[in-house]
Amino acid sequence: MEQTKHVLTLLVDNKPGVLQRVVGLISRRGFNIESLSVGPTENPALSHITLVALGDQVAFEQIIKQLHKLVPVHKITDLSAGGAIVRELALFKVKAPADKRGEIIEICNIFRAKIADLGTDSLTIEITGDEGKLQGLEDLLRVYGIKEIVRTGKIAQARNHK
Amino acid sequence: MENEVRNALTVGAAKGAGCHSSYEGQTMTGAQSIIAALECEGVSHVFGYPGAQAIAIYDALYDSKQITHVLARHEQAAVHEADGFARSTGCVGVALVTSGPGATNTVTGIANAYLDSIPLVVITGQVPSHVIGTDAFQESDTISITMPVVKHSYLAQSAEDLPRIIREAFHIAITGRPGPVVIDVPSDVAGQTLVFKYPEKVNIPSYKPTYKCNAKQVKAACALIEQSEKPVIIAGGGVISSGAERELAALAQTVDAPVAVTLMGKGAFPNNDMRCLGAVGMHGSDRSNAALMESDLLIAVGSRLSDRVTGNMEKFAPGAKLIHIDIDPAEIGKLREADVPIVGDAGAVLAGMLSQLQKDEYTGDHTAWWKQINGKNGLVAPAEQGDAIDACACMEALGVRLAEAEKAGKRTIVTTEVGQHQMWAAQYLPRNASRSFLSSGGLGAMGFGFPAAIGASLACPEAQVICVAGDGSLQMNIQEMATARAYNAPVKVLLMNNGCLGMVHQWQQYFYDGRYSQTELDFNPDFIALAAAYGWKGRRVETSKQFGEALDEMLACDGPYLLDVAIPVNKTVLPMVQPGSGLLDRVKTDLVEGE
Repeated sequence: MEQTKHVLTLLVDNKPGVLQRVVGLISRRGFNIESLSVGPTENPALSHITLVALGDQVAFEQIIKQLHKLVPVHKITDLSAGGAIVRELALFKVKAPADKRGEIIEICNIFRAKIADLGTDSLTIEITGDEGKLQGLEDLLRVYGIKEIVRTGKIAQARNHK
Repeated sequence: MENEVRNALTVGAAKGAGCHSSYEGQTMTGAQSIIAALECEGVSHVFGYPGAQAIAIYDALYDSKQITHVLARHEQAAVHEADGFARSTGCVGVALVTSGPGATNTVTGIANAYLDSIPLVVITGQVPSHVIGTDAFQESDTISITMPVVKHSYLAQSAEDLPRIIREAFHIAITGRPGPVVIDVPSDVAGQTLVFKYPEKVNIPSYKPTYKCNAKQVKAACALIEQSEKPVIIAGGGVISSGAERELAALAQTVDAPVAVTLMGKGAFPNNDMRCLGAVGMHGSDRSNAALMESDLLIAVGSRLSDRVTGNMEKFAPGAKLIHIDIDPAEIGKLREADVPIVGDAGAVLAGMLSQLQKDEYTGDHTAWWKQINGKNGLVAPAEQGDAIDACACMEALGVRLAEAEKAGKRTIVTTEVGQHQMWAAQYLPRNASRSFLSSGGLGAMGFGFPAAIGASLACPEAQVICVAGDGSLQMNIQEMATARAYNAPVKVLLMNNGCLGMVHQWQQYFYDGRYSQTELDFNPDFIALAAAYGWKGRRVETSKQFGEALDEMLACDGPYLLDVAIPVNKTVLPMVQPGSGLLDRVKTDLVEGE
């Protein structure tokens, strides 16, 4: 079966153990979760889970139905087909000797990335954006030597016209 | 006999909140509030086993006049007993155990109820909140361990939450597709005080099962039925959960359709109805399996189309369209795409279909289809060889006795363990009423049938309850002979004793060149002496001549009775579908006849 990437957002009860129910159900059914992020919503009783997983389409439809059966799950939105704002945040720690700093900062400006921290021979760059933008910056920074990457996992929201 | 078919939902509602207003406003402990809430839910029996972290709850139970506690001899059996209680009545079964080993021992029982969609509430003690996560004595992470096999679960964090949690747990267990709910109660929470207030209504915004069906889908289903020349109805356990037996019978009659009954659906449509095909699937007859395979329209009602029913799904009923009716949307399209999916309560959906068919002035007449079906072989009639007792003949003989009892107005319930005897019972033992055949269908848990019989017997003291068992399965929970004796549950155990783990033995005979690895029980106890030790009556029979009279003696006995029936080791369950193949691809027994 063809493996495709699926983006789901779930509105769930903000209670202990809910994340475990969601993640456990998905992994039990053989899906590999590529990224996951959880955060509170405008309603303190509810949380948002955004997750990206790889798997075939038929199995994925079954997983959505099974997720609907979890009592703490209120709403599931499948954003795989597009029509969504998808963002993630990344921190890149890059080798940056004094003579290269100017170039790196110039690249960051073009990507609207920020310098989050500065050391004697390295820089930490903070960027938010979609996957393509983050990948673009990463490719350019590789030239200078990336010491460490930390990414948040995606968060997603349907666009207003939907 | 007028079959007492109880709709689980109405029973639940009738016994719902508000019947013990005397507790309202009282200050009490968390433990007392659990017992008060159980009383408000109309609970009559709790099956369980005490332990350190459950002492406070047991102390509160000590004062209850309404609740009979049944002290099982093992927590797994306690859950199976609660399950037998639930299956035989349609009410929620309740089990109560302690933390750690008490809770881990319940897992098989919970998984069994989950796979067969049986409503249970299982209350587990837990170590005090402040030591959770420290590997304290008898601590286990019960919520996590049971998570894959529960419909929902609660970890009580404050005594004030307990009445609401219990109200919700009963509601979730029995509504929609029923299932088990676990409530984990740390002992400090059981000790806190609260002012008792039992919520009248349940409001869980994220849990609203669909009962009413979509009228358009019903119309589309009827259009398919009206065009069909070879319809077959598949009746699953959902018919029983819904209480949709009357609607099912009316549909079978209106459409003139044969009804295939799954293991979980056995009893939902009477075996003695001429339209009943009997057992289908893995051990179904040529006649019933061919009906499915050659059908042009399958109407699946409350069945998840398990592999034991369909065989290899890719080869299953290639020319058939599918109307799939289920209250659980996740079952529809899971294994086979439905031409007309209908989410809803089986009774409501079938009633909708009946009125639509009536509006269309449709009455089915499928004489040619019936001729085609009836041209195929049914099950082979049991034939005794010499003195040896034939297990299938035993099932038929039991069926005759039970039919007589029913004619005389006595309800009869048969439970089974898991294995060959279970399949012989499914094939040869007629069951004509819902909740009269209790068997572990999904999990196939050996050790279920005997405690389930005890639960059913205590729930339905007016009924004759018989457990058809094997010598392997019975020994998985044989300690419950003490429970049956202690509570005067007059269960009858019909032990089909072949000295081996027959079903696996059979697979080894057919598929592993007769290499009987670890399936022969070289030592079995003297079951009759064991029965006597537990205060049971019993008898062993070894020849076919003795069987009928011994069976009568067993059924006439007032108390618990074990009939140990020696059957030959080489008797297999036939016909049998070649595993992984289509339903008509049979194991060729003539080539691999064993011993």
